[in-house]
Amino acid sequence: MHAVYSFLTGPLAWVAFGIFFGGIAYRLVSRALLARKRDTAVFEYWSFYHALRSILHWICPFASVNSRRRPVLSVVTFVFHVALLAAPLFLFAHITLINEAFGVHWWFMPDGLADVLTLAVLGACIFFFVRRKVRPEVAYLTTAGDYAILALVAAPFLSGFWAYHQLPGHAAATLLHIFSGEVLLVIIPFTKLSHMFFFPFTRGYMGSEFGAVRFARDW
Amino acid sequence: MNDSSNWDWNPGKRLIAPIGAWAATYGWVEEPVMSADGEQVAAVVKSDEAAFAACVNGEIWEASFDRVWNLRFTADGRLTGLVNDGGMWTVAVDGQAWESTFEYAWDPRLPANGGPIACAAKNGSEYFAVLDGQPWETTFSNLSQLATSLDGKHSAAVVQTVDFSEGDIFKFQEGCYSVAVNGQVWKRNFMNAWDPIFAPKGDRLATTVRLTLLETTIAVDGEPWPGTYSAAWEAHFHPAGERVTAPVKTPKGWQLAEDGRILWERAYAQLWHQLYSPDARRLAAVVAPRFGRWTMAVDDQPWKTTFGDYVSDPVFSPDGKRLAAIACQDGRRTVVVDGTPWAESFDMVWPPVFSPDGRHVAARVKQDDRWRIVVDGRPLPEAYTTAWDPVFSPDGKYLLVRAVEGSGAEAVCQRLVRPLNDIRG
Amino acid sequence: MLDEPRNTQEQIYDSGIAKGAERLTPEKIQRVIQEMLAGEAGARLKTYVETCVHCGLCSEACHFYLSNDKDPRFSPAGKVKQTIAEMVRRKGVVSVDFMKKASEIASTECNLCKRCAMYCPFGIDVAFLMLFVRRICHKLGITPQYIQDTAHSHSATYNQMWVKDDEWIDSLQWQEDEAREEMPNLRIPLEKEGADFMYSVIGPEPKFRAQLIYQAAVIFNTAGLNWTMPATPGWDNSDMCMYTGDNDMMARIKKAHFETAMRLRVKKIVMGECGHAFRSIYDMGNRALGWRMPPVPTVHAIEFFYELLSTGKITVLRKYDKPVTIHDPCNVIRGRGLHEMLRYVAHAICEEVIEMHPNREHNFCCSAGGGVINCGPPWKMKRVNGNKVKAQQLFEAKSKGAVTCIAPCHNCHGGLEDIIHVNEIGMDLKFLGDIIYQVMEKPEQA
Repeated sequence: MHAVYSFLTGPLAWVAFGIFFGGIAYRLVSRALLARKRDTAVFEYWSFYHALRSILHWICPFASVNSRRRPVLSVVTFVFHVALLAAPLFLFAHITLINEAFGVHWWFMPDGLADVLTLAVLGACIFFFVRRKVRPEVAYLTTAGDYAILALVAAPFLSGFWAYHQLPGHAAATLLHIFSGEVLLVIIPFTKLSHMFFFPFTRGYMGSEFGAVRFARDW
Repeated sequence: MNDSSNWDWNPGKRLIAPIGAWAATYGWVEEPVMSADGEQVAAVVKSDEAAFAACVNGEIWEASFDRVWNLRFTADGRLTGLVNDGGMWTVAVDGQAWESTFEYAWDPRLPANGGPIACAAKNGSEYFAVLDGQPWETTFSNLSQLATSLDGKHSAAVVQTVDFSEGDIFKFQEGCYSVAVNGQVWKRNFMNAWDPIFAPKGDRLATTVRLTLLETTIAVDGEPWPGTYSAAWEAHFHPAGERVTAPVKTPKGWQLAEDGRILWERAYAQLWHQLYSPDARRLAAVVAPRFGRWTMAVDDQPWKTTFGDYVSDPVFSPDGKRLAAIACQDGRRTVVVDGTPWAESFDMVWPPVFSPDGRHVAARVKQDDRWRIVVDGRPLPEAYTTAWDPVFSPDGKYLLVRAVEGSGAEAVCQRLVRPLNDIRG
Repeated sequence: MLDEPRNTQEQIYDSGIAKGAERLTPEKIQRVIQEMLAGEAGARLKTYVETCVHCGLCSEACHFYLSNDKDPRFSPAGKVKQTIAEMVRRKGVVSVDFMKKASEIASTECNLCKRCAMYCPFGIDVAFLMLFVRRICHKLGITPQYIQDTAHSHSATYNQMWVKDDEWIDSLQWQEDEAREEMPNLRIPLEKEGADFMYSVIGPEPKFRAQLIYQAAVIFNTAGLNWTMPATPGWDNSDMCMYTGDNDMMARIKKAHFETAMRLRVKKIVMGECGHAFRSIYDMGNRALGWRMPPVPTVHAIEFFYELLSTGKITVLRKYDKPVTIHDPCNVIRGRGLHEMLRYVAHAICEEVIEMHPNREHNFCCSAGGGVINCGPPWKMKRVNGNKVKAQQLFEAKSKGAVTCIAPCHNCHGGLEDIIHVNEIGMDLKFLGDIIYQVMEKPEQA
């Protein structure tokens, strides 16, 4: 058990973070080079002001027309993304691990808040799952891969919650938590989760075209 | 070119016609045109209630027409216009309409020297070209893109050779167009043919052709190059008339090809309007080294200076050593010579003109609705209501300025010969 | 599942697609798609296809989706799923029937209006993707017949309507003669080098709507403007090659257009009330040639009328007294942000303006744009039924009193005319020029 733990938190963690950061860097750089070659428009018409303007309108809930048309989804999506990023980044246990390994630490949140955020992520995953099932326009688009990604996003949160609250089998849950977290890191650059780092570019480009060339809003 | 050595090169200003006064006489005066030597100015005027004619230096044509338009001088000073009389169209030269008339006539082509004048014409559904009033013997169901040789003696056009009904896309794709040279149609049909151009002697003809929706190439005397491209712009003959160059789109970008082989290795975001220096030693083209930046390339070497809007109307000096073009940046136009733009820019610039020795470049420009003449980047002090291209004297000592001074009833058209020394001093 | 016949639409025969497909083999399809993916597909296509998280938020942007009982196959992402995403996923191994349907979807179920880019959180440009599909179809030779014919016309005549060189000039001179009955000194100045602007129109104007040229001439002459029109090919600003994916032909006809303006040494091009032509000149055609922005500044009629009215060059004698509503054409509103100028002009010339909602950048397309109306009669009912939301908007405007709908775009006119007729809405359609001509003060009115 301990050997597995050491492997998961040692070499595999290095590999996972390596692939995560390396993968993102590779994807962004290779995509930028491809854009240089084939999509000169992206560089030619890019406008930082209009890109940022568009990104902000799409990050803030209710700042776009479509967001206002779907208040529940807007709130769920916003909370989901905030919780998804904040919970692991500011979790006491994670920061302790990093502090032990590298001697760096930062602000952490009370565990109670982390619990709330975790439940929010899991709740949102259920919401997205149901939405994929019941809304015809979403069901039509949904593939098995979409469900798999949803499950992979939920897994570290569910297992983390399980382990923290010492529920039966929590030792295995701890290992599963670490492993699923590492799997998530590894797949982010290469699946639809890449929207995490492509978002500023797709939205920013559209914002630039609309704002700087078309003199129109895109939200 | 027309020999300008026998023009009046005595320095000074000479009134050609008080054209502002014409309005009082005729009521209707259209925009004037001026002959190359600056000795004649003409405009379409109303000769009576419903008849039009050209007024030349104050003298009106004897014949009048229901309509006169497209008034232009040939290089040797003949005044031409398209005229309609009683519903039939033809070309009038110095007031004399061709004897042959047509249901419609258009697109007059004026020779570079004293050769014949050509135009496109039709009777019923038969289309053809006409040279000095003499129609082609063959006719076609459509004709466009008329081209004439330098001496004006040969004419060619893209013609429709196979009839098809609108909507018959598959018939169209089999090739229903070709090129007719002096009325003789090439043996082969193409889906499209564009921009026919004669060799300098008029004995050969090249054109861009589309063989299928996806394959474009150059055909010379009806024979396509062996290779095809996704696109190609207009072809151009070497001054000796043997070789043909054309910009072609390859997977790398736009490159210049010669006789079906890549001549310029460098690939550009755009490449067009290639031209040879008069001595045929240098080949230049308008290029975009990258998207949105424009300049000239000489023998595949682009100038370092690039411009954002466009570069157009390139011209070599007569000795072939210098190259000038119009360059536009941020909506302001100027002349760029060998990669160096003039300091000042203008609302509009006309194609630059070299002195015979190539040392000076002049152009007419428009700024705030007033025309000026600019020499080597320095605008002459006078501003005109209208001006035409300046002309250098054969010895390069004088500059002929043709312009309208004053406006309304006060407008006068004049020719002004200025010593170049004065201008530079 | 993708190859099932679609039960919501009857099978429509289009000889361009059907006969073109007879020449296809799965091998050829695979080769062309793979060549396109390897040779032309860039970062945008890849990123758009990979980034779409299948959230379905684009659906309600699309009038086809809303008008077809929210059938998810008509949602923007649904169209991507049935076309390019599948081609990418299967690396081009798709059937002939798949490609026939892909051609139908890309050419007749998407107006390339880009409304969905305003509803997708990622700003995924489905119009761009559908154009890529159309380009694949172009390379395979399965473009719908009517629009392909129009593309042929562009290639043979440099205009949209097979207008021959002489017919163009003749039409202008005819309109000049007609207009001189009303305004004896009127001119349509042809080939006037150095004029302030070149007026450019689309092929249907000399062919079917010559009165628009007449009206423009009266307006320009009244305002005392220094303008010209070319007497050569290059006069037509329209561009269906942009919509068939024939990018090289798009470039060729735009080159002719811009070089005509450059040859005439005009400071700008003023174009008539057309939307797609504006897109071609201002956005796609210039870029295809390497011009970052149009080499000769291009002004749409809405903006030009705004200038004329706001500077007092034309004055309104008596405002149009019937209540009007405004249809915002996508290509000049989402494409150029002219919505407020359009409203300025409408209010300046009409007594009462009743807005349709949603409007401005959020307008619904007329369903004719993007080359869809140019796919011709076989697709007419599908197009009209695919825009019940616009019919609904028009009904609502009518119930508030609107009698006339202003649509400053040719394709919008065609599309709205069919919607109004089929749905028996009973509304007049007008261009801004129609009304301005009617209400303006003219000199020496006879």
